[in-house]
Amino acid sequence: MDTAVEIRTDPLRSALWRPLGGISRTYALALVFAFMAGAWGLACWGYQIVRGIGVAGIRRPTMWGFYLVNFVFWIGISHAGTLISAILRLTDAGWRKPVTRIAEAITVFALMIGAMFPIIHLGRPLVFFWLLPYPNSRLLWPNFRSPLLWDLTAIVTYLSGSVIYLYLPLIPDLAELRQHSTGWRLRLYRLLSIGWTGSDRQWRALERAMRRMAGMILAVAVSVHTVVAWDFAMAVAPMWHSTIFGPYFVAGAIFSGIAALLVVMAIIRRLLRLEAYVQPVHFDNLGKLLFLMSLLWFYFTVGENLTTWYGNNPAEMSVFGERIRGRFAPYFWTMVGCNFVLPFMLLSNRRVRSIRTVTISAVAVLVGMWLERYLIILPTLSHPRLAAATGFYAPTWVEISITASTFAAMTLFYLIFCKLFPVIAVWEYKHVAHR
Amino acid sequence: MEHRWGMAIDLDRCTGCEACVAACHSENNLPLSDPDQASKGRAVHWIRVDRYYEGEFPDIRMKYMPVLCQQCDEAPCEPVCPVYATYNNGEGLNVQVYNRCVGTRYCANNCPYSVRFFNWFEPAWPEPLALQHNPDVAIRPGGVMEKCTFCIQRIQRVKRDATGDGRAIADGEVQPACVQSCPAEAMTFGDLNDPESEVSRLAASGRSTRLLEDLGTKPKVFYLQRAK
Repeated sequence: MDTAVEIRTDPLRSALWRPLGGISRTYALALVFAFMAGAWGLACWGYQIVRGIGVAGIRRPTMWGFYLVNFVFWIGISHAGTLISAILRLTDAGWRKPVTRIAEAITVFALMIGAMFPIIHLGRPLVFFWLLPYPNSRLLWPNFRSPLLWDLTAIVTYLSGSVIYLYLPLIPDLAELRQHSTGWRLRLYRLLSIGWTGSDRQWRALERAMRRMAGMILAVAVSVHTVVAWDFAMAVAPMWHSTIFGPYFVAGAIFSGIAALLVVMAIIRRLLRLEAYVQPVHFDNLGKLLFLMSLLWFYFTVGENLTTWYGNNPAEMSVFGERIRGRFAPYFWTMVGCNFVLPFMLLSNRRVRSIRTVTISAVAVLVGMWLERYLIILPTLSHPRLAAATGFYAPTWVEISITASTFAAMTLFYLIFCKLFPVIAVWEYKHVAHR
Repeated sequence: MEHRWGMAIDLDRCTGCEACVAACHSENNLPLSDPDQASKGRAVHWIRVDRYYEGEFPDIRMKYMPVLCQQCDEAPCEPVCPVYATYNNGEGLNVQVYNRCVGTRYCANNCPYSVRFFNWFEPAWPEPLALQHNPDVAIRPGGVMEKCTFCIQRIQRVKRDATGDGRAIADGEVQPACVQSCPAEAMTFGDLNDPESEVSRLAASGRSTRLLEDLGTKPKVFYLQRAK
């Protein structure tokens, strides 16, 4: 790279800024692959818009399918960042330094991807803006009684909040980079560092802003996934209409968010050679948190299913039976294995817990949590109250392609991000003087 | 509210002939499905005949139940629509505004009767079926929801005629296509606001029940059957 960042002899800076310059062979390959897979997904979406949503496998009565599974999944992943980083910031956990920005970036990218799915899944995606409350000559407003409107409001709030929350702690780093860059990087960093000089007043203002944002973003994050849960819980459909869904979804989101964070950390420390900063202790601490969330997830799952089974309501039992021992049983028990049995075996014992086992558990949890969303949406829709309308869903290549391409999009966004901005906050290590 | 339209269906008379289904198709310009789409469960029938089996084989009695939009007073489909594409029109009809629908399909998920249908593609009719469209009924574009309207176009026509003649609408004057075509005369349509109407009388009879009534949806389709 011709405008490579000038690296001085400062060991901290040289280690944390090094990933910004130069492109390794692995990086280039990953970038090309991620770009092509992402472009394929966009092409599939284009095909779907031109031909009609019918190219997806959704049908009557399973009107929602992979797209909404992915929506809930990615919004769940977005809880990685902000929530974890906000908790760690508010509790002033000393070990958080290398974790926070990695996590915050996941939030923003996962939200960008997740928020696309409600649009992808619309019958008429080109008029999605009719859901926005904008003044118009016909005085048409969206319906604020609809959970989908609450959802839209919550996600827009969360996305703007997370972008600010990612951006604020970037400012001091950007100003530092500005001092040592040339060319387009200089222009970029100068623009983004909005005149940061590092004065006492600026530091105090930034600290205050970050603390307030951390508090607010916590509340917003909890509300977002509660509202996502209510998209289902507000419906009278069997096994959706449940009070447990709000907290169940929030816990599940944090669970899958931590898992996503761990997977990204494991990849980044290898790819960007940050082993000295992203250390075993971080995996150990987050592994413990993942274990705790696994137990909480199990508690919620037992609570949901046991009460349904004991209550023995016929409409709910047909959904329950299909999940536990019917057509969806293989997915159900895989989910239990991925979300509870495997993490329990690998994470509960200090001697077994290592970077490798924590990462394996995290990947399993991601699979398990994707399946959990599938198992929430599809069995209920397959079994409407009138048995005559029963019907089953199978995804088509379009849905599978678009689903796969979102993982490529996440990779692509992350690869670009880590070339433009330091993935670990440099100033957090140095920043003690003004206290 | 001047009118409150409702329907009574006598299950003891229904023979399951599906004449109502065919009549509805031609009256309301329902999109056709090819066998592939139909096998995926994408065929559109605003009214369908559900079959229920009673007894043990070989001593089986089959019962038929025509199921159409129940035009609920407390319709679960209505509040969930983010763009007000479905609402209660003041005559007790759940109307669907095709132009406004963006296709979230939430209404269909929240309908306990599964009577809402989605246009997965732009509709197409092979020649010469495209020439027999009913000019009183809109063709729905791809990507929007549709469902039984109680043949609102027929209601409007009768209202117009009655207003022109300066008279009230007579009981039985409005007949949706399904009611008109039922050879067993199992279906009755009319104004529930008029206590003297045939449908009000049937709705008040001891044989009257409503489908999934315990959900509190307050349907305006009444099913008549012998009490066991």
